[in-house]
Amino acid sequence: MNGQAIFIKELTKKYDDVTVVNTVNLSIAKGEIFGLLGPNGAGKTTLLMMLSTLVKPSSGDAFIKDYSIKSQPGKVRSSIGMVFQDPSSDELLSGYENLKLHALMYDVPYKAIDNRIDSVLSLVDLMNRKNDQVKKYSGGMRRRLEIARGLLHEPEVLFLDEPTLGLDPQTREHIWEYIESLAKKTGMTIVVTTHYMEEAQNLCDRVAIIDNGKIIALDTPENLCHQVEGDTIALQGKNLRIEDIKKLDFIKGIETDGDRIILKVVNSGKNLQQILKTVGDIDFIEVHSPDLNDVFLTYTGKQMREGEGGLMEHLRTLTSANHNK
Amino acid sequence: MIKLFKAIYAIWYREFKVFQREKSRIISSVFLPLFWYFIFGGGMGSMTTVKTSNYQHFIFPGFLAMTIIFSSLFNGAYIVWDKKVDFLKEVLIAPISRTTIFIGKVLGGMTDALLQACILLVIGIFLGIPFTFISVVLTLIMLFFFAAGLASLGLIIGSFLESPEGFGLVSSFVVYPLFLLSGALYSLNNLSTWLQVLTHADPATYAVDGLRNAILGVSSMPYITNLGIVVAFDIGLITIGAWAFRRMKI
Repeated sequence: MNGQAIFIKELTKKYDDVTVVNTVNLSIAKGEIFGLLGPNGAGKTTLLMMLSTLVKPSSGDAFIKDYSIKSQPGKVRSSIGMVFQDPSSDELLSGYENLKLHALMYDVPYKAIDNRIDSVLSLVDLMNRKNDQVKKYSGGMRRRLEIARGLLHEPEVLFLDEPTLGLDPQTREHIWEYIESLAKKTGMTIVVTTHYMEEAQNLCDRVAIIDNGKIIALDTPENLCHQVEGDTIALQGKNLRIEDIKKLDFIKGIETDGDRIILKVVNSGKNLQQILKTVGDIDFIEVHSPDLNDVFLTYTGKQMREGEGGLMEHLRTLTSANHNK
Repeated sequence: MIKLFKAIYAIWYREFKVFQREKSRIISSVFLPLFWYFIFGGGMGSMTTVKTSNYQHFIFPGFLAMTIIFSSLFNGAYIVWDKKVDFLKEVLIAPISRTTIFIGKVLGGMTDALLQACILLVIGIFLGIPFTFISVVLTLIMLFFFAAGLASLGLIIGSFLESPEGFGLVSSFVVYPLFLLSGALYSLNNLSTWLQVLTHADPATYAVDGLRNAILGVSSMPYITNLGIVVAFDIGLITIGAWAFRRMKI
């Protein structure tokens, strides 16, 4: 409320005994690009499903543009656009027909429909494939079509559920660019879920890290990274002067990992030279500044398991290939 | 109000486009009845006597009903695919009511079924079925109301199905019983009691009887009684269907 685009209050979803989303409180400002970051099964999608009124919350409430998802689902639906994780366009229909169907359902003025379709299709570079059946599109094109569809009724809030999942790095980057330029052009509020760290880091104004249904950290990506103490430097070499290193005041910790020495260092950029002078001859050095991965590790004590989802992505592709209606 | 019609049109538009592109479904739903007509009707006709002089003519109205049954039920059950690939989410998240979606889908399913029945009607002319203007009009009215109920039934089943694997069950336990119990292939007069009870619980029985009355002038009940019962089934099935769509989870 208070003019926030999204205001979430103690939102909870339980399936039987399993709490998927656990008393989430959050407010997202107008025009913000907000990232929900977490591993698969953390509750990101369920949270989006509740915000888009497709899943009923067990308790709590949320407001989109001051409309309650519980008592005014119709108003909420008119105000939001949604790009689902799995393909949700009809393969037998052309890109144009999918968009027309959407425009009719969202009550876009009849005369404006064709113009709007052209403008969103140009935005995602699909004008030349307008009349092709969606089954002839590549995965990246389908995702772009669905982003275009999410924009067609000019929503004030756009939800993107893993918009780049299963896409190749090049397409992924393209889609980020679209999302960023879109936010600039339209001033739309964008909520994006992802389990790609660099996606959250590069794209989002603020990020919430969610694990086991709870928000465990919430800030700008930069601030989150700063919360992780210092950088790490890994060194390898013979006759390293470890005792001398320990005396330096910007060294916060030393660990050995096999024949490597891992240093925790405050401001490695400034102090690297001093370390090299002190430590003697080295064979190998690696400097690592904290990223969201480290933030996640710090908060949850586990890695983000980025590789997961591979099998699911594969299954999804199979399912969509079998989809014959 | 315009918003509502637009939404219904949107759902119908999609169903119709899909129908146009699924040529295999159209072909199978027109040819299956013809196989029955020529092979089953030809074979059985040589050893059966019915009220009409010609057994194949006697079973022709049953095949109109068969086309409606097959087309409508499979059409409805197909929403299980929409569930599987998330297209249904795109529809359910739109700012339109579940009842609107249901009505649009019923109209879409009816359009498909009736177009297929019309193809069969035209083929009927070449088979020498004695159509008159009145009989065609009465036939279309009966088909229209029968299709409305069956399209609803298909969607009710589809809304409960959770995976395409349940599809085979629909075929075995709904489609074939509806068709075989309808009296499409035999006369209902001399049946055993248990079969009588079952046939009378089947809405297709009244549709077939009404169609036979309209086309061939023979039936166990008057046309208007049959039509009344079919409409009553419609009201029940549409009500249940709208309810089933409201409670449908994704």
